[in-house]
Amino acid sequence: MTISIRAVEKQFARYPALRGVSLDIEPGELLALLGPSGSGKTTLLRIIAGLEFPEAGQVLFDQRDVTFASAAARQVGFVFQQYALFRHMTVAKNVAFGLDVRKAATKPARAEISRRVDVLLGLVELGGLGGRYPSQLSGGQRQRVALARALAVSPEVLLLDEPFGALDATVRKSLRKELRRIHNATGVTTIFVTHDQEEALDLADRVAILNLGQIEQVGTPAEVYDNPASAFVCGFVGEANRFEGHVENGRFVSGAVSFPATTASGPKLGFVRPHDLTLSVGEEAGFDLHIDRVIAQGPVIQVEAKTTDHRRIDAAFARQDVASLTAGTTIRVTARKAHLFDPVA
Amino acid sequence: MTLSASSKRLSPFRRRSAIPGFGITLGVTISLLSLVVLIPLAAVILKASGLDGPGFMAAGFSPRAMAAYRLSFGAAFAAASVNAVFGALTAWALVRYEFFGKPIVNALVDLPFALPTAVAGIALAALYAPNGWVGQYLAAMGLKAAYTPVGVVIALTFIGLPFVVRTLEPVLRDLSADVEEAAASLGAGRISIIGRVILPALGPAWLTGFALSFARGVGEYGSVIFIAGNMPYKSEIAPLLIVIQLEQFNYQAAAAIAVVMLSASFAMLLVINTVQAWARRLSA
Repeated sequence: MTISIRAVEKQFARYPALRGVSLDIEPGELLALLGPSGSGKTTLLRIIAGLEFPEAGQVLFDQRDVTFASAAARQVGFVFQQYALFRHMTVAKNVAFGLDVRKAATKPARAEISRRVDVLLGLVELGGLGGRYPSQLSGGQRQRVALARALAVSPEVLLLDEPFGALDATVRKSLRKELRRIHNATGVTTIFVTHDQEEALDLADRVAILNLGQIEQVGTPAEVYDNPASAFVCGFVGEANRFEGHVENGRFVSGAVSFPATTASGPKLGFVRPHDLTLSVGEEAGFDLHIDRVIAQGPVIQVEAKTTDHRRIDAAFARQDVASLTAGTTIRVTARKAHLFDPVA
Repeated sequence: MTLSASSKRLSPFRRRSAIPGFGITLGVTISLLSLVVLIPLAAVILKASGLDGPGFMAAGFSPRAMAAYRLSFGAAFAAASVNAVFGALTAWALVRYEFFGKPIVNALVDLPFALPTAVAGIALAALYAPNGWVGQYLAAMGLKAAYTPVGVVIALTFIGLPFVVRTLEPVLRDLSADVEEAAASLGAGRISIIGRVILPALGPAWLTGFALSFARGVGEYGSVIFIAGNMPYKSEIAPLLIVIQLEQFNYQAAAAIAVVMLSASFAMLLVINTVQAWARRLSA
């Protein structure tokens, strides 16, 4: 099912939560809504779910206007950050809930419901735990139950609000893989909200980056990382050293820092990813970095350094490219790639 | 290096805790409980034990006493049931909605806690008497509230309402909107959400509120005697019967009735607590 969001606006008491958001989600896609807290990403997800209603704009499911349809009518599966399981019901009853509440005409037979519950519990790898109560499960297991419960109604869209936010790092990583596997197995269009860029880039087919109630960029993880559309995206997705400066005669200059630039002259914001800094060779112009700390871990050597005008810089070099780096020494570097943006007025 | 097993053995009555003050808090608790609850109750039982078997039966289970128990427990049960319904609605309204005058409604709910019960009794009697504001319309319909068991139920409802409201309120507030939204997104309608999700989650607290309201009703005296009419066998509550026996210097008979009430109340609280413990296990 294609979901189209057209110029949606939502105002909360004091501040606008969404300011004219438009987005198309393709059938079978796994899309991440990524943004800092207060960016409106959860509000957008809740508007798609029918838990929140916009002041202006439209939500279309396959050209069908559902802007003001109730959550119950939309056939969506929603997974909450805090799981929102029914504590007085067993796991199996929780999963069966969406089928149990159907009207007699569309309600599957009891045997069919229990068969489906078994299939879903198997899918989320909780087979045999149907008789437990949520209080007897770990956080990761509860989130799997919530996922199975949302999938039980065969939703056209699966919506997840910070699905791994309340879990510890190890469980989070394994559930992430699990979600990808379940997405592949069911093919259901999936949208999840996260503030964790690593999670978004790792899991999603496409990422929509929100800031202050607006979409800054929509694209594949590679696109948003390699070609950020705005200074915000560049600073938010991946690590980057940020410089305020200006372009002059084909060079970006910011105090002691300077590197080649191809954009027109004028004031610019420059971003350089740590691994885009390279050791400057020969007479090539670059700038000096005083190394404070070297973290030689794995294939990448990370360096915390300072410019000659005392600004902190993070750099990362491939281990084979730098034979030895020691704290306290000075190196000369240049940027092999930089992202330049016009400063926001 | 080995630690000797015996060196750190503590008294079996007490587990080691990082929180100080165990001795003084438990000590004060037990002293006060003894002085205020246990010793007076023991005295009641001691007094009643002065009667022999048949004497105890005659005093504690006389037809008049039986009628009084029926009224006390029956009316308390009816009032607690009414409160369970209206208290839940009140708690719902107070938790879920913002409306004009909410602080006043909130204060009104607590009023029965603070108001001298006799004042409530006199006011209710005046209101529901056949010539009172409400009573005259009831009388026109051929109904009589004051000076009948119905009057007793009305007084006990008034007294017990805040127990249900104040017990349910925090639980309702705690019941996250998430759970209702989850049910809605799974296709459940309003009725299903209330019946399958909210009410079951409220169960244990509801039972507690009901039990508190009921227990309060069984023991209530002040507000009831003004509205009940106090006719033996008809509208005479058990606590009043105890007072009547005392006024006739019939201390042992009074104690016998007290012991019967005590046993019945204790048995009922035990049942309710057992049900609660069972329900709480599910919602831990």
